[in-house]
Amino acid sequence: MQQLEIKNLRVAIGENEIIRDLSLSVGLGEMHAVMGPNGSGKSTLAKVIAGHPDYKVTGGEVLMDGENLFELDPDERARKGLFLAFQYPSEVPGVTIANFLRAAMQARLPEGEELEATDYYAKLYEKMDLLEIDRSFTSRAVNEGFSGGEKKRCEILQMAMLDPRYAVLDETDSGLDIDALKVVASGVNSLRGPNLGVLLITHYQRLLNYIVPDFVHVMVHGRIVRSGGKELALELEEKGYDWIREHAGEPVAA
Amino acid sequence: MKTDTSAVNIDRDKGDFHYKVDYGYDAGVGLDERVVNYISDVKQDPDWVREFRLKALQTFESKPLPTHWASKDLEAIDFNKIRYYLAQGQRATRSWDEVPEDVKRTFERLGIPEQERKFLAGVEAQFDSEAVYSNIKKAVGEQGVIFVGSTEGLKEYPEIFRRWFGKVIPTGDNKFSALNSAVFSGGSFIYVPPGVKVKHPLQAYFRINAENFGQFERTLIICDEGSELTYMEGCTAPKFNTATLHSAVVELIALKGAKLQYITVQNWSPNVFNLVTKRGLAHEESEIKWIDCNIGSRLTMKYPGVVLKGRKSRGEVLSIALANNGQHQDTGAKMIHAADETTSNIISKSISIGTGRATYRGLVHVPKHLKNCRNNTECDALLINATSRTDTYPAITVRGTGNSVQHEASVSQVSAEQIFYMQQRGLSEAQAMSLSVNGFVNDLVRQFPMEYSVELKRLIELEMEGSVG
Repeated sequence: MQQLEIKNLRVAIGENEIIRDLSLSVGLGEMHAVMGPNGSGKSTLAKVIAGHPDYKVTGGEVLMDGENLFELDPDERARKGLFLAFQYPSEVPGVTIANFLRAAMQARLPEGEELEATDYYAKLYEKMDLLEIDRSFTSRAVNEGFSGGEKKRCEILQMAMLDPRYAVLDETDSGLDIDALKVVASGVNSLRGPNLGVLLITHYQRLLNYIVPDFVHVMVHGRIVRSGGKELALELEEKGYDWIREHAGEPVAA
Repeated sequence: MKTDTSAVNIDRDKGDFHYKVDYGYDAGVGLDERVVNYISDVKQDPDWVREFRLKALQTFESKPLPTHWASKDLEAIDFNKIRYYLAQGQRATRSWDEVPEDVKRTFERLGIPEQERKFLAGVEAQFDSEAVYSNIKKAVGEQGVIFVGSTEGLKEYPEIFRRWFGKVIPTGDNKFSALNSAVFSGGSFIYVPPGVKVKHPLQAYFRINAENFGQFERTLIICDEGSELTYMEGCTAPKFNTATLHSAVVELIALKGAKLQYITVQNWSPNVFNLVTKRGLAHEESEIKWIDCNIGSRLTMKYPGVVLKGRKSRGEVLSIALANNGQHQDTGAKMIHAADETTSNIISKSISIGTGRATYRGLVHVPKHLKNCRNNTECDALLINATSRTDTYPAITVRGTGNSVQHEASVSQVSAEQIFYMQQRGLSEAQAMSLSVNGFVNDLVRQFPMEYSVELKRLIELEMEGSVG
């Protein structure tokens, strides 16, 4: 039961079906990579799990440790241990990272209980040291004027502070040069452990050189067409997505 | 972190109660000479004040409502249905023990005596038309600081009072300053002697208790040469179904080198028309700063101003307006440069929620003959919903060489993506909204005194909780 379980999921925007009968399970302590070409529905999958209001779930369910996520608001899912690292994180003008995280952690406490400021900062500094983030970083407003690399580091710092049970990382490598990619990957690796299940969504194989997955799934046109071990990513890198499409009986993009 | 030093305690839910009070003095309903004379009789006005009132009544009657530029909602005020004077007695006491029980429990429920003990240099508490309590700490009084109600001020200190009263805001400035001049009652009179720096703030709390009532306090503050003062005011009223009118006039005078800071956090209930005229006169090298936070009310029209009369004087208006469903905050600032090397700064932030509407009106005037004057104006609006509205009407006239103005305006919206992002971190929709709004005002609020910024943030949170979800 200790898993994030996607069962026969169907998702549409308007008339357009984007996810078509997709099933996938991420156990606690496991690292799953979902790879796929542009437009395969990867980012939709991430947003639907987190509860983005723009998408309509037309079938199936997502269970987190046995609990149906679709019966919960996005913030309830988050408080129960679901984290999404966004492909394009939003700016929150005027709100510092330190204050934002503090509000997020406060929201996880029972009513009437106050977050201890000293404990909070001790944890914040510990995680910043772990991720090799400069102390001045958290006095900046969330994502405001950040470079691509800074935005992704900010996501990973939030993940480290909020201790999720399951994390979905949506194209965490996009927009990063190789140095920034290494830093972010080492951050993710430092958070790996038996109490965290990760769904890593990526277009390129190169991220998987730095974050080695336990399982790789290939997603094409709204469904998983192939699953395997980490070697599947290499095979895909060599042969390209068209190879998968042919095998899956999907139309090859023009 | 929790703090119990809330600066003004104007949580509207906490303020939404009223006790039945027996009024010994009641001018009845409607406005005419008889009512004005009744007020003068009851207050035992000197003749010059009675004449001043009666003349002002004529001015009020002769002036049309300013609906050619302002909201037509003003027409909803029925001046014949309002009660213009209600009081239990005529003297503010120096001790809470002497305040009548039924009035005292209102202020105790609002936490005023407690705050006074904690961090204020003095408090005046006004209940409907009259101040019921007014006191300053002994040490401050011994420095020669005068802090009394306006009625007491004009009687006990006529030589100072009369010299400045009505000089910054003449009766005919606008229809509502004329109305106030005819029926004014209550408000503070403060005089700070030369060189005296009052360390802790003086505070006034204005409470409307009665229905269909108009509160018309009149405040006059004079900071003599080189003195310093911070004054804070808070206001609440219970929520009634009928319109309540609050129409104050506040005049500030900063003599050479004085520093005067006037802080308002109003949180009127949504039936209150809040039509207030506030202006300061800044002499040479002095500084007048208005910090003005407008939450609540049905319609607020308020444009704090500074007349920069003396060389090198400085004026500042920092304002925040929050217009929730059905509310219109029509606020802004006026800076009248009248001497060389004067500087002014206006920073205005407004937030519109639901069908709320925020209007900014600014006036900056620098005539041709002046040299080296500077103005900076920034106005930023934040829209929460698609139905929210904001308008900006800046009027800047700058002539002459060597004068500079800078004007920046922005409109932004809290996007659905931003809210989703924050919800994904575990914040409820209301918490996300309130944090976004606090972020929007944050750089401005940082310039406020600490107790005040804490109070304001809490009020914004309360306001957002009630408006989302």
